[in-house]
Amino acid sequence: MAWNKLTYTGWGRARVASGLVARPERRSTLSRDLAETRAPAFGMRRSYGDVALNDEGRAYDMTRLDRVIAFDPATGGVEVEAGMPIGDLGRAFANKGWIPPVMPGTGFATVGGCIANDVHGKNHHVMGSFGQHVTAITLIQGAKTRKITPKSAPDLWQATVGGLGQTGVIASAKLQLMPCKGDMMVLTERRIDGLDAFLVAFDESRTDYTVGWMDATATGARLGRGILEEGEITSGINKSRDAVKSVPFNAPSWALSAPVVRVFNELYFRRVPAKGRTSVKPITEPFFPLDAIHNWNRLYGKRGFHQFQCVVPMDQVEVLRMMLTRIGTSGLASPLAVLKKMGTGRGGYMSFPMEGYTLAVDFPNRDGAEEVISELTDMAHDAGGRIYFAKDSVASAAQIAGMYPDQDTWAKAVAKADPERTFETDLVRRLGLRDGTGAA
Amino acid sequence: MQQSWIILGATSSMARAMARRLAKEGATLFLCGRDMDDLAATAADCLARGAATAEALPFDARDTNTFAEIIERATTEEGVINCAVFVGSMPEQSDIDATPALIAGVVTDSHTGPATFLHMLAPHIEARGQGTVVGVGSVAGDRGRIGNYVYGSAKAGFATYLSGLRNRLTRAGGHVVTVKPGFVDTAMTWGIEGMFLVASPDAVAGDILTAVAKKKNVIYTPFFWRYIMLIIRHIPEFIFKKMSI
Ligand SMILES: Cc1cc2nc3c(=O)[nH]c(=O)nc-3n(C[C@H](O)[C@H](O)[C@H](O)COP(=O)(O)OP(=O)(O)OC[C@H]3O[C@@H](n4cnc5c(N)ncnc54)[C@H](O)[C@@H]3O)c2cc1C
Repeated sequence: MAWNKLTYTGWGRARVASGLVARPERRSTLSRDLAETRAPAFGMRRSYGDVALNDEGRAYDMTRLDRVIAFDPATGGVEVEAGMPIGDLGRAFANKGWIPPVMPGTGFATVGGCIANDVHGKNHHVMGSFGQHVTAITLIQGAKTRKITPKSAPDLWQATVGGLGQTGVIASAKLQLMPCKGDMMVLTERRIDGLDAFLVAFDESRTDYTVGWMDATATGARLGRGILEEGEITSGINKSRDAVKSVPFNAPSWALSAPVVRVFNELYFRRVPAKGRTSVKPITEPFFPLDAIHNWNRLYGKRGFHQFQCVVPMDQVEVLRMMLTRIGTSGLASPLAVLKKMGTGRGGYMSFPMEGYTLAVDFPNRDGAEEVISELTDMAHDAGGRIYFAKDSVASAAQIAGMYPDQDTWAKAVAKADPERTFETDLVRRLGLRDGTGAA
Repeated sequence: MQQSWIILGATSSMARAMARRLAKEGATLFLCGRDMDDLAATAADCLARGAATAEALPFDARDTNTFAEIIERATTEEGVINCAVFVGSMPEQSDIDATPALIAGVVTDSHTGPATFLHMLAPHIEARGQGTVVGVGSVAGDRGRIGNYVYGSAKAGFATYLSGLRNRLTRAGGHVVTVKPGFVDTAMTWGIEGMFLVASPDAVAGDILTAVAKKKNVIYTPFFWRYIMLIIRHIPEFIFKKMSI
């Protein structure tokens, strides 16, 4: 087998790993290699922090295993290799009337990565999380390959969905697609004046896809202002090919400095007319707004950036206000801040979603950013909420203790599946996740 | 008109990328190679992506007995029959130095095997008055270098064969495209140190299909390899023989 010595990063580029990486192109190669060398897998490394990294260790790059294995046009059941990007799956079948029921904000995330992080979409309040629509997983644990379903191995299943790849390498999975009328979306956007108005708007929203963009630089009376996006899939087929632009090099440090971001956010807010607007777009635009610009992470310059994402229970609105105040006064916020109301749906022991509000904010990796993120993490903890491991690269083991109530159960199942800890990644080590402190 | 494509060496990542693009255009695909499981997976993938049909068929460049069945199967289809050849093998030069008997296999995989197949197919293309052959050679065939001149010589032989075949098929309405890829990001180059200007298999597949549509004769992909090889071919032998590029 061929191992390539690589230096690689997560999407945020603030954390770096070097080690040997294999990139099997055939399933037989993957099984043969894993029987010899057990190591964690990664997909497109669209996780921001270090959850997909294994510094000084080995890893499997799954992106060449990206084929559709079987599709049943009658039921919408599809089996795919784990390295297939979720956006490709959407594009392949939406015009035949089927769509993945859950898609994260980037179409580049692979099916394996979507399962391992049990990702959520803008329709979480309606469809729950990604793992809830997976019906079977082929898992390679060293020399052993197992095909599991929620019924055949309930404990291992719950430890695998949202399980950060710790139970083995996902080789392929069966998903239940959802019927759809076409691949277009009716999108309504309207301005929201502040946090309270946002919460009311979420309560009143009746659409399948609902998400809020926030101006994280706003303070005082404007705190929490933003734009609510409400979408519904509609009939019609999009034939136009999405034009792709690319950010060719690292942007200079002033590109996302506080004044620039403030002006950008003001313009972005005003982009939507005061009375709101409705348009029809190819679904890829509202689903994956940033995918049209390749390598946009370079906008943050060489030092990269972090994302903080947490979810807090519904009654913890005051904590949200505190968080937004802290972010607004830090002078570190970027244009990317997202608020969403989540439902209860989750697929595994360590799945991120819980009922409440989830807030995600990008921070350039500048002095002070890690401190702010750390404070926000503590606030989420004290509010009975939790942070999202797909985004984190800053927290400590002590800070996340108790955030995931099923952590001990998960750690036990994982210890059984991988007693030698061969699938550990940087984040799992940093947070001591497998030591099981969840019940603290 | 319905387009059928025989793809030899369909387990390679370049071939896979090309098959996918052809599938989107609704082509009929015959995916040929040795790893039947892998070919079956690619066939299923192509079907889901829009191929009219996609079948996996056994092909071994070193076993001419496997050839006829593929040609028989493909010629039952109406319309245009095309063929793309991605086969070839490149053992480490040091292994060849230790075991010169390996040379025969390299030449069979990269030259005489595919040429025999194409020779069996040519009359069918002539009879139908149309059809394109895509032969994937290599920039390694443009000059014998110390690092892989056995592979290079086989690819050079194949390129010469393709130019003769082009001469022949053009008269009957067919066409031959010779493709010379530079470094492509495949399993073959993964882990080799000092790789530069590496192209993705999908980009190469795109270049090949553009060349097919425009009836190009010889293409380098990515295009700039034409200039790199122009320079390398023109280095005087008395200098070149001391170089280890
Ligand atoms: C612009 C953008 C928007 C996003 N929006 C959302 C969103 O709306 N909702 C959301 O939930 N997330 C979102 N994310 C995060 C993203 O969906 C997740 O990080 C996802 O897991 C990335 O998939 P990947 O294939 O890149 O996985 P990687 O980042 O490569 O890996 C993620 C984890 O999965 C494991 N893994 C990957 N493949 C396998 C496999 N085959 N077998 C076993 N383990 C594996 C890795 O070890 C790692 O623990 C967003 C990310 C970006 C960049």
